[in-house]
Amino acid sequence: MKQPKNNDCQNQKENKPGRTKKCGRRDFLKGAAKVAAMGSFAMVSGCGSELLASGEKRKLQWEEFFKTNYRIMTQQEKDATIARLERLAKIKKDVNIQMSSKAPIPGVLYGYAFNVTRCEGFMECVSACVKENNLDRKSKTQYIRIFEMEPGKMAPESGNGKYFHEVPVKDHFYMGVQCYHCDNPPCVKACPTQATWKEPDGIVVVDYNWCIGCRYCMAACPYYGRRFNWHDPVVPVKEMTKKQHYLGNRMRARGQMEKCTFCVQRTREGRLPACVEACPTGSRVFGNLLDPKSEIRFVLKNKKVFRLKEELATDPKFWYFID
Amino acid sequence: MTKKSSAPNRGFISFIKDIIAWNLSGGIAYQLFLCILLVLMMFGVYAYLIQFKVGLSATNMSDIVSWGLYISNFTFFVGVAAAAVMLILPAYIFKDKDLHKVVIIGEVVAVGALIMCLLFIIADLGGPLNAWHLIPGIGILNFPSSLLAWDIIVINGYLALNLLVPFYIVYSHYNNREPDEKKYRPFIFLSIFWAFGIHLVTAFLYEGLPARPFWNNPLMGPRFLASAFAAGPALISVVLIIIHTATTFKIDKQVFNKLRLIIVVSAIINLIMLFSEVFKEFYFTTHHSLAAVYLYFGLDGHNALVPWIWTAITMNVFGTIILAFNPGRKNPVFLLPACILLFLGIWIEKGIGLIIPGLVPSPLGEIVDYAPSWVEISITLGILAFGIFVVTLLIKPAIIIEQRFEKV
Repeated sequence: MKQPKNNDCQNQKENKPGRTKKCGRRDFLKGAAKVAAMGSFAMVSGCGSELLASGEKRKLQWEEFFKTNYRIMTQQEKDATIARLERLAKIKKDVNIQMSSKAPIPGVLYGYAFNVTRCEGFMECVSACVKENNLDRKSKTQYIRIFEMEPGKMAPESGNGKYFHEVPVKDHFYMGVQCYHCDNPPCVKACPTQATWKEPDGIVVVDYNWCIGCRYCMAACPYYGRRFNWHDPVVPVKEMTKKQHYLGNRMRARGQMEKCTFCVQRTREGRLPACVEACPTGSRVFGNLLDPKSEIRFVLKNKKVFRLKEELATDPKFWYFID
Repeated sequence: MTKKSSAPNRGFISFIKDIIAWNLSGGIAYQLFLCILLVLMMFGVYAYLIQFKVGLSATNMSDIVSWGLYISNFTFFVGVAAAAVMLILPAYIFKDKDLHKVVIIGEVVAVGALIMCLLFIIADLGGPLNAWHLIPGIGILNFPSSLLAWDIIVINGYLALNLLVPFYIVYSHYNNREPDEKKYRPFIFLSIFWAFGIHLVTAFLYEGLPARPFWNNPLMGPRFLASAFAAGPALISVVLIIIHTATTFKIDKQVFNKLRLIIVVSAIINLIMLFSEVFKEFYFTTHHSLAAVYLYFGLDGHNALVPWIWTAITMNVFGTIILAFNPGRKNPVFLLPACILLFLGIWIEKGIGLIIPGLVPSPLGEIVDYAPSWVEISITLGILAFGIFVVTLLIKPAIIIEQRFEKV
């Protein structure tokens, strides 16, 4: 059977009336394609860039998927991925974020001290941390936990990490725990892809995109310092902290590990971590361990300090002290 | 017909064709068996799609119990895979004729177990699409620092070895040639060391974590081996009994007796080590023993694992006693239930009985009970079905070829 080369419907109809149905469908498809093309043109030029954006989004996501580990990226590659992430945030959630890749400041090693005597368990640090670091609101993720302790005990295991009552309670004291940024971190040793490492300024960070979500680091941490994204984290755009760092408070996705970064997005700009700034009792001390005039060095020199689980030789850069 | 059996087809293409044809043939019961496996696999895929879409929150794991049913099964089946060495060693090195006849089945069971292990790992990953980050060259494999990197190497290597050697032997037999022992003997030696390697490395994965006192125990490696050399041959015995009753491939009584001896010796060593661990935890109970207290007796009203571990220990002890005293010497009626008992006992004990207490109580002393979600159970069943499916499809042609070769 000869098919007419000319697909013109009118022609075919005249020759073979029995085929009108097929012709009709073909015609319809042709017409539909035209309408779609016109429609998309209209949408691109007119009411919205939805179609164009989805093409761009796909391209950006594709490039994001094949990018390498942040630690071995050149500055050019870092700039490119940051540009992509900023653009994707705009396309997906219509939010303008500013992401930084600021490198560690030479001659700086961060350390932290916690005043057990002063803390009264208000948990201002916790809410500041949640807000600053864009933590998942759905599962109520917290990097910081405050334990209410009875006198005579010094290990958080013996305290109450879930209190919901007015504080401070008489004859009780409070202890905050978080990632201690160990100098000898077991989590870093465990990671099979080197997706987590210790930066030259002592901060233990995660490349969220390089993480495969095996959770071996979580098993290796003796301090419960890591959190996993069991689902896509939920942070309302209005509450989102827009000033972000690639290794810090940028948005994570499901299946990725995350943790306290000593607010790398703030501290590398010379600011204090959100928890230190928020603490109403001044229990939290943060600073440069290499600077002899820093407050943290003063605490280490003049106060009686201790660290948790010293016997594990993890060498935390987080000390507790008593006034 | 007679012509065909005396001079069968040769070459690789007809090898593949015959394997497919043999696998498609079979009685109603066999077809039904495969269909059930397929249904379970499909359901597993469906559950995995859900998990893939919503993330691991489809499971009942949490920041405290961060490993669950998947890693438990992974750990156990590494042991089953390693146990093939208990057939390979006597068959190839000591030239044991009885075991040589069934060594191929041991190797196939190992292949099935290894495939299950890899699938359990994939199922457990938060970002399975990022698994390429592990491939050296395009990704970064944190070797030798991370024990997980070691585990990836040893498991894939052992899988390759267990595919390569049996394939060479079966393919030679298919082409009616005697395989050249000089060619495969080095690989046999390698696979023997490798078998010990996969299980020791998997034990070191846990043993190397000072954060988890329940795992940070030097007996872990040896005990992994002992329990594996009991559970693995027990499973192989069950498979052999099934083959013996369902096919024309008859297995000598001597084989079962030798396997029984291997199982009994390993199971007794395993129980001695278990006793040693329990003694250490409970003679003078420290804070580091809290995980063991949680496992055996429950802690602060949380006792999800207590019935499991006591069931497991009871099964272990009874299985070992039955196999050791071997009632009904001439009649192997007790062999099958005893092997199943021991296998299930070790499965529970070395699965959830090992992984969950390592994580509970948490480093901050919090206790959370864990029970797998339906998604986890479905994916696990799907993976188990896939493993059994692979073993079936590999064993069927293998025994046909072996039988044909024997006749010639």
